[in-house]
Amino acid sequence: MKAGVPADTIAPTRRELLIFTIAGLLAGCGHVAVGAASPIPGAAALLQRARSGGALRVSVLGSTRNNFFTNGGVELFDCAAQGRIDAFFLGGGQIDGEGNVNLVGTGSYPSTEVRWPGSFGSAYLYFLVPRVILFREEHTRRVLVEKVDFISAPGTSEKGIYRPGGPHALLTNLALFDYDRIRHRFRLRSVHPGHGVEEVLDNTGFAFDRPDDVPQTPLPDLEMLALIRGRIRDEIGEVYPNFVETAFHRGLDR
Amino acid sequence: MSEDHIRGLDDLAAAIADGAKLAVPADYSGPAMAATRALIRRGAKHLHLVCVPVSGLQAELLIGAGAVDVIETSAVTLGEYGAAPRFVDAVRRGKITLKDATCPAIHAALEAAAKGLPFMPLRGIIGSDLLTHRGDWKVIENPFTAGDPIVALPAIRPDVALFHAPLADREGNVFIGRHRELMTMAHAARQSFVTVEEISKTSLFEDERLAAGVIPALYISAVVEAKSGAWPLGLWNAYGEDKAFLRRYVALAKTDEGFAEVLTRWPDEPAMAAE
Repeated sequence: MKAGVPADTIAPTRRELLIFTIAGLLAGCGHVAVGAASPIPGAAALLQRARSGGALRVSVLGSTRNNFFTNGGVELFDCAAQGRIDAFFLGGGQIDGEGNVNLVGTGSYPSTEVRWPGSFGSAYLYFLVPRVILFREEHTRRVLVEKVDFISAPGTSEKGIYRPGGPHALLTNLALFDYDRIRHRFRLRSVHPGHGVEEVLDNTGFAFDRPDDVPQTPLPDLEMLALIRGRIRDEIGEVYPNFVETAFHRGLDR
Repeated sequence: MSEDHIRGLDDLAAAIADGAKLAVPADYSGPAMAATRALIRRGAKHLHLVCVPVSGLQAELLIGAGAVDVIETSAVTLGEYGAAPRFVDAVRRGKITLKDATCPAIHAALEAAAKGLPFMPLRGIIGSDLLTHRGDWKVIENPFTAGDPIVALPAIRPDVALFHAPLADREGNVFIGRHRELMTMAHAARQSFVTVEEISKTSLFEDERLAAGVIPALYISAVVEAKSGAWPLGLWNAYGEDKAFLRRYVALAKTDEGFAEVLTRWPDEPAMAAE
């Protein structure tokens, strides 16, 4: 991966950049859990584990090799309630400007026009895991809405509700936002290469804060790309065989 | 085992009454799919399906076959293969009653039943629309600390827990390894019906290393041997899911006609994927 490699193979794919960016959000964590339907967060957690020299514990739902739980499906949730999980990931059919997440559907519940799988563990883990990273590849006004149609898990809670956890960041195909827990708003941290602030504004349905100069999301270096395309690809392929066929550099997914 | 007359999959399906509250594990945790086919074959109706804590193809097929009235689940999805088309269609048409939940709530409610308790408190949930729509979930005050509201979930006591496991013995002890949610399901349910890959001639309690992962026959009503009993889904550490089948299923089940084709060919013909 050094001299003589064509530039085409050096540039990260969109998904490789997302994996690298999420890994950066996990710095300093001791235990990261990865839930259902989360190949990119899973790859990111495994990347951060590799970068930490194995110090980070990672449990991937559905994995045999990367799942050390022995007390069944409940152990992840018990662990979270004890404060033993530092970071977790949530997606969302809709995510709104206050960090509310909708995993159920659009329109009027229960006969929703569009029905998504359901809330999974969100209504619990969002309250208990300190660093919940919201992740959704699609960055459009139909996903990033002013107000969700159904609150699977609320971004904030009233005073008096037990809530050590909550939203930490939001990552999409276009940009990375931080979540401000005092103002209950997102703040744009960086925009991915090839995209601009105007594009982010045009495609976001909620208002957000931003600095005067918005930096570009940092890219992985060659060593990191080699790690992602080698060991991490193999490790996440155990759980997501279809995903690894397309997400990594093969000229298929640009 | 209390139900000695159950010798095959059709006996087992007949013993699960119409209207039963039926608990099943997630697709990745030992789904009894051969038994599910038998349930569809016998035309089971009005089931109250409790997914522990989510389901996929198993709930999807039962819903598509018209066997389900009520579904209590934290999600239904075919994972990497996409949305569950018959589930989505049934929701849109209002054909099933939804009891949307969150994963730890289903685990906790089963644990309550396993302990013989009326309810279990659980953190989180307050402020979620799940709570708005679940009239059976209540917010109570922590009796020990003022000003600490917490959700109380009524116990879930299934009539039947149904799952597939690699191994049982002739007394009806069932090996589930570290898949402890199957243990909780069996503790919580009135009856547990289990299909297994293999029945051991020696007692599973003879090996202390196995014993900790064994559900005692006390909780098990019937065990039926079913080779590849989780097919077309996988069984942990034994075999993977049948990708070709699942891809084809998702394509077919998008329409009523396509799903009807699956139902007519598949319940009696486990070799459909071999084509």
